[in-house]
Amino acid sequence: MPSPAPTYDLGRLHGGLRLAAHKSASTGLPVQSPPLPAQLILPIDQHVGEPARPLVGIGEHVLRGQLLAESTGTLGAPVHASSSGKVVAIEPWPVAGRRGDPAPCIVIECDGDDRAVESRGNPVPYAELPGDEVLRRILQGGIVGLGGAVYPTAQKLMQAAAGELEYLILNGAECEPYISCDDMLMRERAGDIVSGAQILLHALGLDSACIVVESDKPDAIKQLAAAMTDAADERLVLKQVPTIYPSGGEDQLVQLVTDREVPSGGLPTDVGCLVQNVGTAAAIHDWLRDGEPLVSRITTISGDGIAQPMNVRARIGTTVAELVQFAGGYTDSARHLVIGGPMTGKSVSTDRVPLVKATNCILVLSEVPQPGPELPCIRCGECAAVCPVQLQPQQLFWYACADDERQLRSHGLTDCIECGCCDLVCPSHIPLTYDFRMAKARIRELEDEKARAERARRRFEARNERLQREQRERETELARQKETARKAGPDAIAEIMKRKQQDDGD
Amino acid sequence: MLTAVLILTVIALIAGLGLGFAARKLPADSSELVERVNELLPQTQCAQCGYPGCRPYAAAIVEDGAAINLCPPGGNDTVRRLADLLGRSEAPPLATGPAAPAVAVIDESLCIGCTYCRAACPVDAIVGAHQLMHTVIEQECTGCELCVAPCPVDCISMRAT
Repeated sequence: MPSPAPTYDLGRLHGGLRLAAHKSASTGLPVQSPPLPAQLILPIDQHVGEPARPLVGIGEHVLRGQLLAESTGTLGAPVHASSSGKVVAIEPWPVAGRRGDPAPCIVIECDGDDRAVESRGNPVPYAELPGDEVLRRILQGGIVGLGGAVYPTAQKLMQAAAGELEYLILNGAECEPYISCDDMLMRERAGDIVSGAQILLHALGLDSACIVVESDKPDAIKQLAAAMTDAADERLVLKQVPTIYPSGGEDQLVQLVTDREVPSGGLPTDVGCLVQNVGTAAAIHDWLRDGEPLVSRITTISGDGIAQPMNVRARIGTTVAELVQFAGGYTDSARHLVIGGPMTGKSVSTDRVPLVKATNCILVLSEVPQPGPELPCIRCGECAAVCPVQLQPQQLFWYACADDERQLRSHGLTDCIECGCCDLVCPSHIPLTYDFRMAKARIRELEDEKARAERARRRFEARNERLQREQRERETELARQKETARKAGPDAIAEIMKRKQQDDGD
Repeated sequence: MLTAVLILTVIALIAGLGLGFAARKLPADSSELVERVNELLPQTQCAQCGYPGCRPYAAAIVEDGAAINLCPPGGNDTVRRLADLLGRSEAPPLATGPAAPAVAVIDESLCIGCTYCRAACPVDAIVGAHQLMHTVIEQECTGCELCVAPCPVDCISMRAT
């Protein structure tokens, strides 16, 4: 069977780490389908940008794939019902979000029929549509970047289409330990990924796409190679990259595949590349070929606190508790629940949180790794050696302690991808990533404050101008009236006075 | 050797005189400095400094040598930045304590629609008309408190943000 020869490429990643993968535990079983939950909790804010605006009311009956909330503003994605049932509440619910506080969610009580809306099953003849029309359709599917960043896909594509593009890169490099949902997707649905890639190529008018997989995923490579042979599409190339964390980062992958460095503060589109997760490509296929919006995703349930680690294709809105239950429940040693991977994930205090579009992994660990007491920085430079963005974490740490915004900026803090490599190698156990995250938040706060001050200044100046204008107008009007009276002469004034006296006398 | 020393001395003298002349005689571009000082101020337009707004205060600092520690909303950070910009070695602490960020809230059930607060707002953040209920546009409110005193029914309060 002829298949594209996977190769290592020219590009080299600076730094990075080889981490213990812990992936084989969850890849033993094929992707499982958990039963429909009794209740679905759908946050209206599952993406970067403005939260979606609910379109349904409490008590309304909805079908699977029905639009529940539409996107507002220039950046956002709609939310669809993951199954049929009745909307019972729209209320705050704990979510594993960035800020950690409860967020507004649409709660659906499922009726168990799982009836889909009628449009399901009508493939869109995308090849006959112009590219921007395909992008507009993608916008309606509620599709967001499934690699974890959940940037609305359609808007990312539209922004990219406005610039000059050369390559589409499909990201199958799943570099974070434990997570294997993309691996399983590539093994089981390689054909759909290839189909999604073809839709994307058509929509963007491109003629070159690389599907990139790490070298430690031989099964995925085999399946993708077979699917690409079936598709017989010369535009698609399969590439293999070494397994180094964080090779799956967008900018890092571009560097590995094309040997081009994404400029500081820039995007991959600045060097002619557009990166999409393989899961996103499959979701685009589901939406345009099967009419199924993004209502489910594959997620990894793993860690030594889970009885039977596995990958599941679960409905968006299923609670983590139910999924853990499906995976055999917690083991006795389970102590720590993380949504996402061990390096970039977020630990949560309750398993009532729902699975959202961003959830690529549910990780339950028996012990929290305790790095040891924080000691002073000895400037060994280990962190600089492993930083994939080639920053100087030891220097940034210094400026972060001093709260020196200008130096933090000029030393590229905003380019930090928070991968956590520097934390791992620091012999003084300094929580560098945490410090950088805090420093970034402070910089953002200062920026907001500046923007607010600027707006207030403009309003103040506009008001002063208005007051002056009104004053001027009053003066001219007064002068005009005086002038008219003067022109009419004393006779006219006497006439008016006389009339007034008569009126008073009556 | 002697020639070299002489040449350098002459060059140093000319340069020194030139610089001295520039520093004393040429007027500093004060309007630009006022702009930069104004940029550092928080633009709440609260007049707590005793001047009718941030820009007038900036002008007073630059042109009349007003104290730089009169801005409570800016806090000690602003005093420090002003000291940096103006080349003053010491940043005096705030004359009064720093003000916490807040927005004005109108109790709409009590508002009689007198428009006094609307006229007092330096950034036009209050909407309303005569004998109609007023409200504060929260995003635009700078928390200057200038609307609180004019209200005849005391229905405006400050809420911390």
